[in-house]
Amino acid sequence: MNFLSLFVVVPLLMLAGLFPARTMRQIRAVAVTGASLLMVLACWLVWMYLAERSSGNTSEMLFTAETVWYPSLHINYSVGVDGISVAMILLSAIIVFAGVFASWKMEHLPREFFLWFSLLAIGVFGFFISTNLFTMFMFYEIALIPMYLLIGVWGTGKKEYSAMKLTLMLMGGSALLLVGIFGIYYGSGASTLTITELAALTIPIELQRYFFPLTFMGFGVLGALFPFHTWSPDGHASAPTAVSMLHAGVLMKLGGYGAFRVAMYLMPEAAGEMSWIFLILTGISVVYGAFGAIHQTDLKYINAYSSVSHCGLVLFAILMGNETSTTGAILQMVSHGLMTALFFALIGMIYGRTHTRLVTEMGGLMKVMPFLGVSYVIAGMASLGLPGLSGFVAEMTIFVGAFQEPDLLHRVLTFGAIASIVITAVYILRVVGKIIFGPMADRHHEQLTDAVWHERLSVGVLIAAIVAVGSFPYWLSEMINESVAPLITHILR
Amino acid sequence: MDYSSLLHMREELSLLGVMIVLLIYDIFKSENGKTVFQIVALLVVAAHTFANIVPRDAFEIAGGMYTYKPIHTVLKSILNIGTLIVFMQSYSFLEQPENRIKKGEFYFLTLATLLGMYVMISAGHFLLFFIGLEMASIPMATLVVFDKYSRKSSEAGIKYILSAVFASGISVYGLSFLYASTGTLYFDDLATIITGTPLEILAFVFFSAGLFFKIALVPFHLWTADVYEGAQTNITSYLSVVSKGAAVFVLFTLSVKVFAPLAGQWKPLYYVLAVASITLANLFALRQQNLKRFLAFSSISQAGYIMLAVISGTPLGMASLVYYVLVYLFSNLAAFGVVSVVEQHTGKLTIDDYNGLYRSNPRLSFVMMLSLFSLAGIPPFVGFFSKYFVFSAAAQQGLYVLVFIALLNTIVSLFYYLKVIKAMFLTENETPAASIRSSLPLRLSLIICTAGILIIGLLGTVFETIGSMSFGL
Repeated sequence: MNFLSLFVVVPLLMLAGLFPARTMRQIRAVAVTGASLLMVLACWLVWMYLAERSSGNTSEMLFTAETVWYPSLHINYSVGVDGISVAMILLSAIIVFAGVFASWKMEHLPREFFLWFSLLAIGVFGFFISTNLFTMFMFYEIALIPMYLLIGVWGTGKKEYSAMKLTLMLMGGSALLLVGIFGIYYGSGASTLTITELAALTIPIELQRYFFPLTFMGFGVLGALFPFHTWSPDGHASAPTAVSMLHAGVLMKLGGYGAFRVAMYLMPEAAGEMSWIFLILTGISVVYGAFGAIHQTDLKYINAYSSVSHCGLVLFAILMGNETSTTGAILQMVSHGLMTALFFALIGMIYGRTHTRLVTEMGGLMKVMPFLGVSYVIAGMASLGLPGLSGFVAEMTIFVGAFQEPDLLHRVLTFGAIASIVITAVYILRVVGKIIFGPMADRHHEQLTDAVWHERLSVGVLIAAIVAVGSFPYWLSEMINESVAPLITHILR
Repeated sequence: MDYSSLLHMREELSLLGVMIVLLIYDIFKSENGKTVFQIVALLVVAAHTFANIVPRDAFEIAGGMYTYKPIHTVLKSILNIGTLIVFMQSYSFLEQPENRIKKGEFYFLTLATLLGMYVMISAGHFLLFFIGLEMASIPMATLVVFDKYSRKSSEAGIKYILSAVFASGISVYGLSFLYASTGTLYFDDLATIITGTPLEILAFVFFSAGLFFKIALVPFHLWTADVYEGAQTNITSYLSVVSKGAAVFVLFTLSVKVFAPLAGQWKPLYYVLAVASITLANLFALRQQNLKRFLAFSSISQAGYIMLAVISGTPLGMASLVYYVLVYLFSNLAAFGVVSVVEQHTGKLTIDDYNGLYRSNPRLSFVMMLSLFSLAGIPPFVGFFSKYFVFSAAAQQGLYVLVFIALLNTIVSLFYYLKVIKAMFLTENETPAASIRSSLPLRLSLIICTAGILIIGLLGTVFETIGSMSFGL
């Protein structure tokens, strides 16, 4: 068995292990073992990948393997990774690991929670290792459906409404996507569903004009493309902590990843023709998301709108369509994944103590919970792009790339996107100033305690990753850039 | 005439044997035998299923009146398995005091309809086909009124028999036109003679209306919800799965084989019917509270999805159709199994009654959830694969718009399937339905269905085997 398949097998074993688990201890043991194994595997994968590349292997996908599944429809279970997927797998592993520790104190039906959580992990990892359109789509949908129950059962607030809205909108996206996939497969007259082989074929431009927008929008829904982003604030706000982390941190990246790897890569001609439409939409996402965040008073809503803005930036950079900006987009996926997961983890921990998420009802938390306070400030700084943290590296690369496009539309949108950083600063600094510093808003909060070990572990891992990406970005950006370059050459051919 | 050639009709003869054995056993059984009757019946039907599961080489007898293709074995086996599961699920229902004396009839009538479907599938001549169609409908009507003291059941029976007879009448009327126009009723001859004259088109439309009624496509669906609601739940599940599966298959073979020259006419017709069935049934399903009515509309929309495979008219379409029927059988019978056991033990039948079911009956809720996810087409459950293949068959023919409409409808259907899941898992309820201890056969049937839902999709060979037999149609 190819060792990439382990990324699917390990969560599958977690699932199997959770069924007989009865006590909280056993459940935690299974979850932690699985998550740590995934983490180790991901680090090992990075190591192997870099070693393989430095030994001069330049093929597009490494560690490929293929098992024939439905030969008559060319459906194979085929796996393989390039620099982009390796980065995404590492991100997912980190967040799954942190997410398990963040839901350490899950009291309501813990076994079922982790069951669905594992299924979510299967979907996410499976998506990133797949090179066959069918399996990719299948894992994509596997990742979507547990969200309904995770939010609906363990969520807070208007959870049933949010869960239904999120599920239906994302499934709507996948419906568009499936038509796109059929279009690619039958339109090109292909005898394969493997992405690398499909890329070598030419799909007639008339068909591309139909199927590119469908595919791009299909993935765009998950990437919070305006105006299909409305599931995101409600969904993230209602979801339990670990699910928000995984969803905003990883699942939304499926959108960006797919939009690039499937929509842009397989239908480059239409992408070139139509990118301006989507560029405008993503530009709106970026600015509108940031303004939306200013307006909110619920911490989770603030972060959810900020995710819309930041994920908009990912799609924005992908559509710019040059090497630098696309590398920036992938970096931004990693960076945003880490910091938004950190944000949601911290918000969950703060909410667990204060039982409110309203900015107006909190203040001076630094005095009672210094660890969480400092971490929140770090997350905020990463979000607004402080050098040394991951946000700066990603956004800088994106904007440098975006400036390489000289025409008026691209310029205007680039300026707009850059301006959104200022807006980001407004909502981040205001919140930090109000709830972390500032006077105590509620004297009951004086009795609160700081983070305990599992919370510190969860937060610590994420902060370490943010600093690692921000201060030593070269190994990551180089790894991504190497894989992006041939894809961009193909798109621009 | 050489009667020995009749021995080739092995499936039919075997089923007839089972029916006769059970009938005689039912009449002469001792007091002691009454308790084991069902076990014997289940074993005999299971033996019949296994004995006929291996395909043979294609042949035809009686001058083409009866034809056999390997794919027929696949389909008949699927119907056998479905019937067996339905029997398992009706076990405890038939052990109830008021139904005990009617056990024999239940088995005999159900198997009689099954025999009718066999004949329909293998017919090579419209006369034999029509006999099969009638054999499949009339005992069915008796089954629908099985609970003869219930008003709803009687009403359902009357509705069913009247509409069924009317539908058959129209069908025969169409056949008479066909005969008038061509002078033959052999499928093989018809395929070469039909040219698409207005009379033949009229004949086709009349004839197919009868089949549309069996499949319950919009606008021939009006009987469905009432009959499904009135009939006993296990009979409803039989009606929705087995009876429908046979009719869809026959519609496909007749369309591509006999009415191939009319493809220009039937394709748009099926197109409209598919879109109407999927969309309208989904819209109606949204508003249902009674789970049997809910599943009735869900099954109409599922039939609409199957029509996508019929429209394609290709070997891939045939393979995906048979596969869809197989998958639909496991998913739908699992759902009906849960509904029937909950109804029998607690008398509860509406979605609100299922509130908080997970608390009291985690296993049943879990099975129900799997089956609903499978019906909605969510991976990794098998319904996803069957939907993908059906859409694939339509997309292969360039019918992207139809696929798109169908896909949008899957979202609507997901909404109402999730409503049931929401009731079971999300909604808090202080007094959920009582904890249920179900009978062993029912549990076994649910295990089989669950295994089917979880495993079949992952095994590529199932679809490939069906696919390899679909070529040559």
